[in-house]
Amino acid sequence: MSQILTLDCLKIGRSAKVIQINHTGSIRRRLLDLGLVPGTIIKAELASPFQDPVAYQIRNALIAIRKEDSRNILVEEL
Amino acid sequence: MKKKIALAGNPNVGKSTIFNALTGMHQHTGNWPGKTVSQAIGEFQYRGMEYELIDLPGTYSLISHSEEETVTRNFLCFEEYDAVIVVCDSLCLERNLNLALQILEITPNVVVCINLLDEARKKKVMINLELLEKKLGVPVVGTEARKKKGIDCLLEKLHSLESERKKPTKVRYSRKVEEKVMELEAILKKKEITDIPLRWLALRLIEKDPVLEKEITDHWKISLSEDQAISKVLETNSDIGKDIFASAIMQKSEQLTKEVVSYQNPDYEKRSRKIDKILTSKRTGIPLMLLMLMVIFWLTITGANYPSQLLFDFFSHIEGYVVNFLEFISCPSWLNSLLVGGIYKTLSWVVSVMLPPMAIFFPLFTLLEDLGVLPRIAFNLDKGFQKCCACGKQALCMMMGFGCNAVGVIGTRIIDSKRERLIAILTNNFVPCNGRFPTIIVMISMFLVAANSSGIASISQVLWLTFIILLGIGMTFLISFLLSKTLLKGLPSSFTLELPPYRKPQFFKVIVRSIFDKTLHVLFRAVVVTIPAGTLIWLLANISIGNMSILAHVNNFLDPFGKMIGVDGVILTAFLLGFPANEIVLPIMLMSYLSLGTITDYASISELKTLLIDHGWTILTAINMIILCLFHFPCSTTCLTIKKETGSIKWMLYSILIPTICGIILCLLTTFFFRLFN
Repeated sequence: MSQILTLDCLKIGRSAKVIQINHTGSIRRRLLDLGLVPGTIIKAELASPFQDPVAYQIRNALIAIRKEDSRNILVEEL
Repeated sequence: MKKKIALAGNPNVGKSTIFNALTGMHQHTGNWPGKTVSQAIGEFQYRGMEYELIDLPGTYSLISHSEEETVTRNFLCFEEYDAVIVVCDSLCLERNLNLALQILEITPNVVVCINLLDEARKKKVMINLELLEKKLGVPVVGTEARKKKGIDCLLEKLHSLESERKKPTKVRYSRKVEEKVMELEAILKKKEITDIPLRWLALRLIEKDPVLEKEITDHWKISLSEDQAISKVLETNSDIGKDIFASAIMQKSEQLTKEVVSYQNPDYEKRSRKIDKILTSKRTGIPLMLLMLMVIFWLTITGANYPSQLLFDFFSHIEGYVVNFLEFISCPSWLNSLLVGGIYKTLSWVVSVMLPPMAIFFPLFTLLEDLGVLPRIAFNLDKGFQKCCACGKQALCMMMGFGCNAVGVIGTRIIDSKRERLIAILTNNFVPCNGRFPTIIVMISMFLVAANSSGIASISQVLWLTFIILLGIGMTFLISFLLSKTLLKGLPSSFTLELPPYRKPQFFKVIVRSIFDKTLHVLFRAVVVTIPAGTLIWLLANISIGNMSILAHVNNFLDPFGKMIGVDGVILTAFLLGFPANEIVLPIMLMSYLSLGTITDYASISELKTLLIDHGWTILTAINMIILCLFHFPCSTTCLTIKKETGSIKWMLYSILIPTICGIILCLLTTFFFRLFN
């Protein structure tokens, strides 16, 4: 059963499909450039010692995103 | 005619290695006109043809966010060039091809260079280069730039690019977009726009990038968005989704990658992930970072001792000959004294104190950098910077500051937000640079650690030093926080940080590079500022007004204030005169105490300690000396760099005032409590 959640709630080690990016402006564009377009499969890979930011596996690269920013990304857990 | 070639690519794909492999020593660096973005241009020849190679700042896409990305975008869109080499990371092809596809929309004269093939082979990732070439419709070359493999092939493809039949692949967008593109192209054809594909321009008009629109207006002196025919087409634009451009290109590169890449070992990143888990976990992440810091300090301190002594001995041995020589050419005795006592002694002090620790510290640091550890440290510390409303990349600049604060200030260019960059610049001086380490270490070994040369003593030295560094880092956080609440009010901007794969550093190259690029560079600048400083100090100490030298007058004048903050006038004068280079603070101080006309060497730590105690030093003086060393105005080079990077004297003055005030307040506090309990 699939479940829609915001990216910051995705547990470490789990994968998800990007549904929607609710950002505007330059961060939206930055995320798109990094390959975070709707439909992309990403995986929560690493949490930093204070649990924020979290590094995600996005198209073979490891990208750290702050919770503040991942909160506005909707994903479907796989 | 020279051919102009641009070199583009994502950050961290070995672009500069390719640049070096192609141009060798024939390169010059500077800044892009009007920008604080460094520019590298090189030259090379191949088969009788002359080429000029322009290294563009690394970028993820042509829609720009930072100053560096704007430079790249504007160059590719508006400048004239013959070809572009797009460098791609073989392990991250999807995202890299994304940029290549975007560039192909601007120009068909592209050679795609798939770099780091050795890394891919090691991880059993196979890339079908012929197929990729066929699919992209432009030449594709595989390279291992670090081993100089594939460079010949790259040159050959570049050489034959002109005669080649290129049919660059096109990204197709939705029917609605393509219809609009056709309409717009028809309108644009009537305008006098020659040097850019109209399809690209039409796409950007539909995308509505206000920054780019302004650049287009500036460049061609026409306002496209005000054109009636164009705005009519764009009017019915609202039903086109915002991300379709980014998505369409990304999907195309995803599909291409699927076709040409095969993974024989899907778990190839397992080891990297294991190391990552240890380096960034809740329990071990921070302690391991501290341990790493301490090991580096320990190696620097213990490793530098012996060569420092050797250099000291060498210079004092030579000194006799220099004096004799000057006498031989019948140089007047005052000039002799100025040249030897003023300049030569200051210079030899700076070189012997600075050179050995730098020659150890910089290579070690560069090794960490090459390994890919630094981004992990920024990742671990980001939460702290987030709380301070600052950027996590500030951690990287802070670490560069350990080497040299001026370098750290230049390093803040990686921070996109102007506000966050200013915070990083103003707080960079809170971590001690290599020039300040020796003073701190001497203070620790004299007053905080029992003076003997056993291994335990040097470990407790390292512990103290680490504690002092942590104090500096703590202050960085505190001041960043306060700045975000007052002078530089604002919320943290969004931030993404790439953690690149670990790479095996090339030891030999790292050592050569860090010694030539960093160590000698910093040493050279220290020497340049030391010569006038040495002269000034000599003059102050040797010209008397009344029955005292000017230096003594200054010392006496500053003494009451010095006493108030728990030090003395001599120490304050030394810091003031040490403005050109922090390394000379300690020798100036000793010179004043000994009332000698020249900079003095101290024979041993215990002799030095006796001298200081004779002049009323207590443990409080030593502690406050350390505090002032950590928190005072940046050296002259750093100040100039700050002025250049911020383009304003105001911020330079702030960068002088903030740490100085912090230092004075802290000294007042320690003095108050010390006197309270004694």
